[in-house]
Amino acid sequence: MGADTVTKPATRTTAQARRAIPPLLLHLGAAIIALVLVVALTLATDPFTNLRIATVGYYVLALAGLAVLTGMGGQISLGHGAFLFIGAYTVGLLVIHAPSLPIWADLIAAAVAGGIAGLLTGAAAARLHGPYLAGATLALAVGLPAITQRFPDFLGGSNGLSFTVNSEPAGLAVPSTRWQAWLVWLTVLIALVLLANIARGRLGRRMRSVRDDEVAASLAGIHVGRTKIVAFLISAACGGLAGGLQAFLLGTAAPGSFTPALSLSLLAALVLGGIGSLWGALWGALALVYFQAWAEDVSDALQLPTPVANNLPLALYGVILIVITFVAPHGIQGGLRRLGALAHRTRGGNR
Amino acid sequence: MTNAEQPLLSVAGVTVRFGGLVALSDVSLEVAPRTVVGVIGPNGAGKTTLFNVVCGFVRPKQGTLSWRGTTLRNHRPDQLANLGIARTLQGLGLFAGLSVLHNVMAGADRTAKSGLAASVLGSRGAARGERDLRAKAMTALATLGIADTAHRYPGELPYGVQKRAALARALAAEPELLLLDEPASGLSEQDMAELVTHLRTLREDMAIMLVEHHVDLVMRVCDRVVVLNFGEVIAEGDPAKVRNDPLVTEAYLGDPARERDSA
Ligand SMILES: Nc1ncnc2c1ncn2[C@@H]1O[C@H](COP(=O)(O)OP(=O)(O)O)[C@@H](O)[C@H]1O
Ligand SMILES: [Mg+2]
Repeated sequence: MGADTVTKPATRTTAQARRAIPPLLLHLGAAIIALVLVVALTLATDPFTNLRIATVGYYVLALAGLAVLTGMGGQISLGHGAFLFIGAYTVGLLVIHAPSLPIWADLIAAAVAGGIAGLLTGAAAARLHGPYLAGATLALAVGLPAITQRFPDFLGGSNGLSFTVNSEPAGLAVPSTRWQAWLVWLTVLIALVLLANIARGRLGRRMRSVRDDEVAASLAGIHVGRTKIVAFLISAACGGLAGGLQAFLLGTAAPGSFTPALSLSLLAALVLGGIGSLWGALWGALALVYFQAWAEDVSDALQLPTPVANNLPLALYGVILIVITFVAPHGIQGGLRRLGALAHRTRGGNR
Repeated sequence: MTNAEQPLLSVAGVTVRFGGLVALSDVSLEVAPRTVVGVIGPNGAGKTTLFNVVCGFVRPKQGTLSWRGTTLRNHRPDQLANLGIARTLQGLGLFAGLSVLHNVMAGADRTAKSGLAASVLGSRGAARGERDLRAKAMTALATLGIADTAHRYPGELPYGVQKRAALARALAAEPELLLLDEPASGLSEQDMAELVTHLRTLREDMAIMLVEHHVDLVMRVCDRVVVLNFGEVIAEGDPAKVRNDPLVTEAYLGDPARERDSA
């Protein structure tokens, strides 16, 4: 799943250079191993931790989508929460109004809805650069959840939608949180396989080319605008799917879960994890979920007033991000790679 | 189309203005298959602008461009590669986050035989397609003698090697016409000598349009030379004729600073 563009060891001689192994096979293999690990982990832990594992899952997907847009595509989004919002409400509305649909159809719809929103945003974004794009996406994150107030009957106002998702097969006798964690991770891993294929292949290279030099990319025959839009579409579809998974997991879709703070935390977590790699999404998601929990514990222990407590995680990110920029400019994944390269060199030196 | 004498590219009466500045004024020229046309002229003469017009980055106020006898109207830069035109930039324009190999594979992208959908699915066809692109890229790198830098990143390499990588990226597109914007700028004597050798080999397979400061280099590799000054073509012809043109000597070749530059 390596999509790192930053510090690939220079001497790697790829076995793939000679044999054409389909990337799908490699990534599917990795995904199956990951799924086995997740199942083992859920079997070894309590329902509360199962829920957290599932939460990490959909954040991994949201962050991986953002990594495609920002790390691979070089476009910034300060409003990615908007796509999660769209996905969550898509699942919520479908569960309520079309209860006969299976959950996988709801989730596909969430990805499609997110993708369509991404396509529209991307078309606008292809004309915007840097701070303008940042501003436009931030406006999306601020504005979109507010539409729930305009249609309180349909979208549930500020309380949002509540619903129950019955997805567990009848014969399966496992605790519901465990089943949910499995379904979330199965979905996330399928999406990650596709993202890893993209990162490894032609499309990923096109996106990186456009990110690095639009003029040179266009001279190589790459349509810059279209490539940027595709990056947005993929990224937003992942966001929509992640939001759909969140709705499935929590049984709610409410505007309060999709504040601009969420969008900012997503970006911060990705930078923390490592923006150049899909692995960075994993570290970022772990940080996102466990920081949140940790910050809540801290504010409980210190008995901080609510406004302070609510913003503590974000403030912590800020501090940690600043530290990370100095210690490991390419995030946790970049740092790990550097350690790996260092260990490799040390071993080489002993020979 | 079968006429071998038909020019690949013709530029007819092209005028470009930037505000009050006339960057190109009624410029006409032709590039025939497998010939090397040099475009020289002092800084700011309009050489890069001419390339930008050919590539569709700049729309001329007047004039037409045609490629193999077909007029190019409102063409976009990204359509050029598929026509068979590749270009290197005056700056390097390498993709800093891609290895040299992937830089060149990006150049070869237009020759890819497997589609983008296949690359998302990661199919066997996509893997084969990548293998082919890799092979093409390695060939281009080997041609220019920098195959050993394939897995390095541009930023880690000396300027001369980066210049070659940029040239390899253009070659990987398998062009019929190669536009080179100051390929010799910043090169050492040794690198420049090798560039001349490479250009002589390349002209066996493609037409080349060469914008250069280094007059000697232009005179050594070009079949025809076009001299621009303040956006106007002031001389045109074979290198010997242009070298002896008094207008050219005055405008350009006689400039002592230029002579030092090209020495
Ligand atoms: N996009 C642009 N906008 C305004 N002026 C430009 C632009 N591109 C080039 N020029 C001007 O046009 C003239 C020709 O530039 P250029 O073609 O880059 O010259 P050369 O490549 O021969 O050194 C210069 O005076 C330059 O400042
Ligand atoms: Mg120039």
